[in-house]
Amino acid sequence: MTTTEIAPAIVPDFGDEDEGRKIAFVCSKGTLDMAYPALIMASGALEQGIETHIFFTFWGMDMINKKTMGDLKFTPVGNTATHMPMALTPFPGMTTMATRNLRKSMAALNIPDVPTFLSHLSDMGCHLWACKMSVDMFDLKEEDMTDDLDGVLNVSDFIEIIAGAQTMFI
Amino acid sequence: MPLAAIADREVSVDAEGFMTEYDEWDEALAPKLAENIGLGVLTEDHWKVIHFLRSDFAENGETPTLRRVATVGAIPTKELFGLFPKKPARKMAYVAGLPKPVGCI
Repeated sequence: MTTTEIAPAIVPDFGDEDEGRKIAFVCSKGTLDMAYPALIMASGALEQGIETHIFFTFWGMDMINKKTMGDLKFTPVGNTATHMPMALTPFPGMTTMATRNLRKSMAALNIPDVPTFLSHLSDMGCHLWACKMSVDMFDLKEEDMTDDLDGVLNVSDFIEIIAGAQTMFI
Repeated sequence: MPLAAIADREVSVDAEGFMTEYDEWDEALAPKLAENIGLGVLTEDHWKVIHFLRSDFAENGETPTLRRVATVGAIPTKELFGLFPKKPARKMAYVAGLPKPVGCI
């Protein structure tokens, strides 16, 4: 009798148990720090072969507006997690400095900027939708928004598309 | 660390079945690993990915992520999803005899 454990072949479970699983993110914020969570989690979901949808609404439209998507900002104002004296945070230049630092930290981790990230997600098969009401409210035309967008949807259609999805509102 | 018999050879694998010893893999193993996960016959395009993964791991000690294969290896992400359907990052690592990628992006 041998003490060495030899299995015929342990094969990783790339199973189809995720077949039919869906994840949806609603992005409603237009700041740099609130843009990344959905993008990073969507990327993880797509790597798992999960059908993934992102719906951009309200301030989240800044993430897909060609004029703003490459220039999202991060402000320490009112954000105690920066551990700065709150009275200093509204000073001129603080938001610029905080934004630059966050960009640098993300780049050091090889995390792409928002426009590049959206293209990467689109290449992975992510569905990107703009909110119809927000498009009307901000008076946006199709050509104002990223070419990676799948389309403009009203809320009712979006809710229909994501039937059964795990949904996160950010 | 458990051992597994792959193509009449004993190799070290982790609990999920990913090979753990870089030097225990050679090209003769890849078709059998691919078969194990239902990939079918490996084409030249599959080999291009496998070779990039192996050389990048040798250089950096880490299995490259999909994005790294696209940006450094110049193999488009869409193509990776075609070659290794559904879960390309893990499937290509498995066939190349490498651990799962640890990076998020």
